[in-house]
Amino acid sequence: MNFDFSDDQKQMRDAARKFLSEQCSPKAVRVVLDGKAPYDKALWKGLAEMGFLGVAIPEEFGGAGAGHLELCVIAEEMGRANAPVPFSSTVYLAAEALLIAGSDAQKQKWLPKVASGEAIGTLALFEGSGNPSPKAIKLAASGVTLSGVKKPVADGAIADFAVVAARTGSSGRESDISLFLVDLKAGGVEVKELTNIDPTRGQAELTFTNTKAEPLGATGEGWSILTQVLDRAAVLLAFEQVGGADRALEMGRDYALDRIAFGRPIGSFQAVKHILADMYVSATLARSNCYYGAWALSTNAGELPEAAAAARISATQAFQHCAKNNIQVHGGMGFTWEFDCHMYYRRANATALALGSMSYWEDALIDRMRKKNAA
Amino acid sequence: MNFDDTPQEAEFRATARKWIAANAPKEFEEELSKSSLGRIRLAQHDMVEVGKAWQKKKAEGGWACLHWPKEYGGRGATPIEKVIWQQEEGVYGKLTQPFQIGEGMCGPTVMAFGTEEAKRRYLPKLASGEEIWCQLFSEPSAGSDVAGLRTRAEKKGDNWVVNGQKIWTSGAHYSDYGLLIARTDPNVPKHKGLTMFFLSMKSPGVEIRPIKQANGMQEFNEVYFTDVVIPDSQRLGAVGDGWNVSLTTLMNERMSIGARLATGFPEMFEFCSNFMTEDGPAIDDRATRSKLAGWAVKASGLKYTSYRTISALSKGERPGPENSIGKLVSGTMLQDIATYAMDLEGAAGVLSGQSEEVASGQFQQMLLSSPSMRIAGGTDEILRNIIAERVLGLPGDIRVDKDVPYNKIPTKGR
Repeated sequence: MNFDFSDDQKQMRDAARKFLSEQCSPKAVRVVLDGKAPYDKALWKGLAEMGFLGVAIPEEFGGAGAGHLELCVIAEEMGRANAPVPFSSTVYLAAEALLIAGSDAQKQKWLPKVASGEAIGTLALFEGSGNPSPKAIKLAASGVTLSGVKKPVADGAIADFAVVAARTGSSGRESDISLFLVDLKAGGVEVKELTNIDPTRGQAELTFTNTKAEPLGATGEGWSILTQVLDRAAVLLAFEQVGGADRALEMGRDYALDRIAFGRPIGSFQAVKHILADMYVSATLARSNCYYGAWALSTNAGELPEAAAAARISATQAFQHCAKNNIQVHGGMGFTWEFDCHMYYRRANATALALGSMSYWEDALIDRMRKKNAA
Repeated sequence: MNFDDTPQEAEFRATARKWIAANAPKEFEEELSKSSLGRIRLAQHDMVEVGKAWQKKKAEGGWACLHWPKEYGGRGATPIEKVIWQQEEGVYGKLTQPFQIGEGMCGPTVMAFGTEEAKRRYLPKLASGEEIWCQLFSEPSAGSDVAGLRTRAEKKGDNWVVNGQKIWTSGAHYSDYGLLIARTDPNVPKHKGLTMFFLSMKSPGVEIRPIKQANGMQEFNEVYFTDVVIPDSQRLGAVGDGWNVSLTTLMNERMSIGARLATGFPEMFEFCSNFMTEDGPAIDDRATRSKLAGWAVKASGLKYTSYRTISALSKGERPGPENSIGKLVSGTMLQDIATYAMDLEGAAGVLSGQSEEVASGQFQQMLLSSPSMRIAGGTDEILRNIIAERVLGLPGDIRVDKDVPYNKIPTKGR
């Protein structure tokens, strides 16, 4: 059994960590947090130059042609650094949708630009409250034009193109949904930035009014493609969450060692130790579930749907748990703008809702486990 | 990243599988596979006798304590080969329960600190199950604070004379030998005045009394020592070095206890899939799904954490600290799962008979037994301290009795 990343993959993780520790300091994250820039353009360019944006994109489409395991280790580092760039929207969602369902021409048009950092992509799925569901998609396609409103769309205000989920039928079935590709810079889409709990990852409202679009994948296949995209993205985002959880745990641990109260480091008090031990437990469980997800993703195994849901739930729990308790260990200082704790708290709770909230993934996991048991 | 054996591992697995197919006591297979959650029962046969027969057969075939050196009754196998053996042994591994303390704790301590003569005399018989060992550490006033133990060993010529009481001794009533830690010097701080011994459980002055547990069962014992004589040749490690010796034992305890942990999740998933509420199967209920999903990812998290450990072993690396979370996670899970299953059962959840149509009382049994899972082998609180101090590197608690001579430590009722 070799249930671990290879030495080459670990080297890539080390390289990503080194690069991000130099190029994505908390100070750099704060430029975006404070609203002085919509995202870190220099970092985005650097990530492209390092080959990280196209790591899982085949060479024929301008990528490095490595694979999803490599993307997983980079994702973990992106989460650890709280990188204020549209990485997940572009790489996990838009690029994966193109890889799964794009025509050769569509891939040729967009994927090289993703790999080079020239194009930011996103997925326009949600329409207000609720979880991913065919019924919730009202935005209508009429031929190759779209009309309707999508919100929230992660990184929607900075994206160059979007994969849009639209209604092409009214049978009440999943086959009513189709995917479209929209060039957001071609006009015809009204973009409005929305305030959200994590300013390091912007959210927008996109209004489509007879907007020109091209089909992505076959008509009526949209929901099936979306489900695959969400499963893949769940694993990748789970690695970001594990990276964030680990960082929050480290911050809490370091502070507990440093901070003196009642004449001793607060980390010597059992009440504090036990908080940190529980953070370690949740982060460890999440990491192990993520490794299984990584295996399933990289081998395109039949276990992927179940593995992705488990990784997503476990990592969401771990990041939320670690981020909130990191603040608790810091005490009052943890509630200041000056300390970085709140950046992870914001990211943890925003990420928890990014691909469908906990109840969506809980349902998905139980349904998928039942299916497996019935088989 | 893959789950495949290396060619050598595959060959070893095939050899083990073939041997087990030819030699395992298949007549117990069904009963053993139904026996879960650490409560192993055979209706018509004595567990220890059946276990001894299987262990003896394994020893003859070279499969007992297989990671031990050959000269001490093992096979000289690698850690990963031991894991593969355990996977292949499957339900028959449950028969090894009476030997696990000997194999996991006492044997390694004798191996590390015993004389060559002692190792050759005792280890092969321990490995083959001919002689069963127990561990005599905890005392009524020394549980988590085991270094505060009171049992005295006093030097008389070439012997030691032991007086005192131990508690929570699993299997003392069927054990032949025991690993004993006792206080040999009460005038120095508590960790420094301890010494490790082993002794025959048939020694004059050893009295074993079963403890009736809160769940109604009797699996543990109290062991009383009245002027029990132990030859100095049965001392393990230096006089006064018993605490360090015990750390070897306890480290091995945590490794071995982590190996086969019940979480209760598979039973709970099956129960919720089949149990009908007024609104349909319990598993269709939103609240129940949420609970199940939470337990599912804990169970899978533990499973894949152990895979990470196995992978490290397979590569000949030392496993990381991640396996330390196992008992902490599973203990609470068992208790929570039992409580929730009974809540679903409603009024009938109170009934605990084996003939009950609802899940044959298994969750009721789990409920009553689960408190021990959060205490035995290190309480949840001690495990959290260990993670915090050894894994995360946080400072130890300030200990008011650390540098105080043992006999000056304030206590109740000494």
